Amino acid sequence: MAYVIIGNSAAAIGAVEGIRKVDRETPITLVSSEPYHTYSRPLISYYLAGKVEESLMVYRKKDFYEKNGVKAILGCRAEALDVEKKSVKLANGQKLPYEKLLIATGGKPFIPPIAGLDKKNVKTFIKLDDVKEIDALVSRGSKVIILGAGLIGLKAAEALAEIGAEVVVVELAEYILSSILDEDAAKIVQKHLENKGIKFELGTTIEKVLGDEEVRAVELKNGSTYTCDLTIVAIGVRPNLELVEGTPVTTEAGIVVNDSMETNIPGIYAAGDVTQGYDMTYGEKRVLPILPNAYKQGETAGINMAGGNAKWAEGFAFNSISFFGLPMTTAGIVNPREEGYQELEKCEPENNLYKKLVLKDGKLVGHISLNCIERSGILTSFIREKVDITNIAEKLLNENGLIVLEEELRHRKLVGGGAA
Amino acid sequence: MKRVYAKEEYCIGCRLCEIYCILSHSEYKNDLIKAFKKSLQRPPARIQVEEEGALSFALQCRHCDEAYCVKSCITGAMQKDPETGVVFNEKERCVGCWTCIAACPYGAIIKDETSKKIASKCDLCGQNETPYCVQNCPNGALIFSEEPPYKTSVKGGE
Repeated sequence: MAYVIIGNSAAAIGAVEGIRKVDRETPITLVSSEPYHTYSRPLISYYLAGKVEESLMVYRKKDFYEKNGVKAILGCRAEALDVEKKSVKLANGQKLPYEKLLIATGGKPFIPPIAGLDKKNVKTFIKLDDVKEIDALVSRGSKVIILGAGLIGLKAAEALAEIGAEVVVVELAEYILSSILDEDAAKIVQKHLENKGIKFELGTTIEKVLGDEEVRAVELKNGSTYTCDLTIVAIGVRPNLELVEGTPVTTEAGIVVNDSMETNIPGIYAAGDVTQGYDMTYGEKRVLPILPNAYKQGETAGINMAGGNAKWAEGFAFNSISFFGLPMTTAGIVNPREEGYQELEKCEPENNLYKKLVLKDGKLVGHISLNCIERSGILTSFIREKVDITNIAEKLLNENGLIVLEEELRHRKLVGGGAA
Repeated sequence: MKRVYAKEEYCIGCRLCEIYCILSHSEYKNDLIKAFKKSLQRPPARIQVEEEGALSFALQCRHCDEAYCVKSCITGAMQKDPETGVVFNEKERCVGCWTCIAACPYGAIIKDETSKKIASKCDLCGQNETPYCVQNCPNGALIFSEEPPYKTSVKGGE
């Protein structure tokens, strides 16, 4: 019996901890193409801005592998999967046999088909090595074009602005952060970012990349041209499916998993950004590339790999992010595109504040809390627990609390914490 | 594990629990006057009273067996002590991203922006004794116990 885990970020670490809840003994081999001890990917923007040292980026302490009986093979890519022989071939030629395998290969940046985006000073913003390369290329006054105004693009923009770069963000959508905000909230955040010196070009994209070996300028579809020292492509992440291509493992947008996080091949599990798992707010399987889901999917997979019984039933999008001190939390469905949803909003642009609750059949299915994030986990829990908030929605729009709950549910919350 | 539980039928909303929580985490643990008059950067209370009409209660971290904040933490700073069960935040690795606030089903994690931004939460006063909030509740509306005061027919959250 041997466990093999491909990956070394949140899902992989969750799986190690999940396995060890059930099985303290059997060795685990973990393989990562990156040479680093497990680190927090979301911290790369903090690292670039000089807010966090590399030594503090560890996602688990330095003795994590040793304490958990993990043999970590770092800086070595898993190249091929042989489902018949139950073996993974590594770039160094080694073949790792497995009894239970977890694929937690994460996502890779999507590069749009625009000629010239393969030039030397075009970077992505996913890994520690990406920001080390960017760090070497930028200094105060550097001109940077960022393609994409999502979470990654804007965290990059914030960090670069903080170190004194001149940043222009180009986004095809009509408003920023369209995966987590609606237009009203996005306008408030955009204005806040513009006040910090970041420039936006929305509803357009790069038409032409100018320069020989390096990008010197970009021409946009709307006719504007910007000179630049660096271009960052951050329009999205796609599941990193290379390892399972050409194998019988079923993929759609990501590796399709059941509620045990197992693929269609018994003994092969997948978790994190590479997977397409159940989203309870949409009632369908979706790719949910966010860290808390990755960890919990990994933990669920690990428990099941070790013979325990854990179910993945409560996944949905949920994010907390701040830009220049303006915090926002969001969860679930924030922009319903079909009939049958009720939306309650509070909009105070003068206070940089926005709150929206999205209900379906009286139950909370999503929220946006901009600059009013206090206790917003209560809302997240109402989504997870499918609480009917029909009678308390107006109160929740003003303040998050538990006192608005009826006695039975309120008492349940007051004595919560124990798993039994 | 022993947890602090609120008994809402005895709570009068006096907020002494909040006051003594601040004291417990100040540099003057035994002197209320100094804690409030001399600590210029007073951190927020880690217990919160909710009040509406005659109903009130005080709530802090539940130290969940399966803690959403720990599992959601993007840096690994939020941890559950395997020995004591206490959920604690390692300041040095916390960057104040507030993912734990978005994750906590009880709204029990608080922004502390007095110096470096960090997530602040109940630490059961270091577990050496009965927590300050319980000790100083004038009405027995907070208890420190293995047993919850309410029996609920449904599972008690996480």
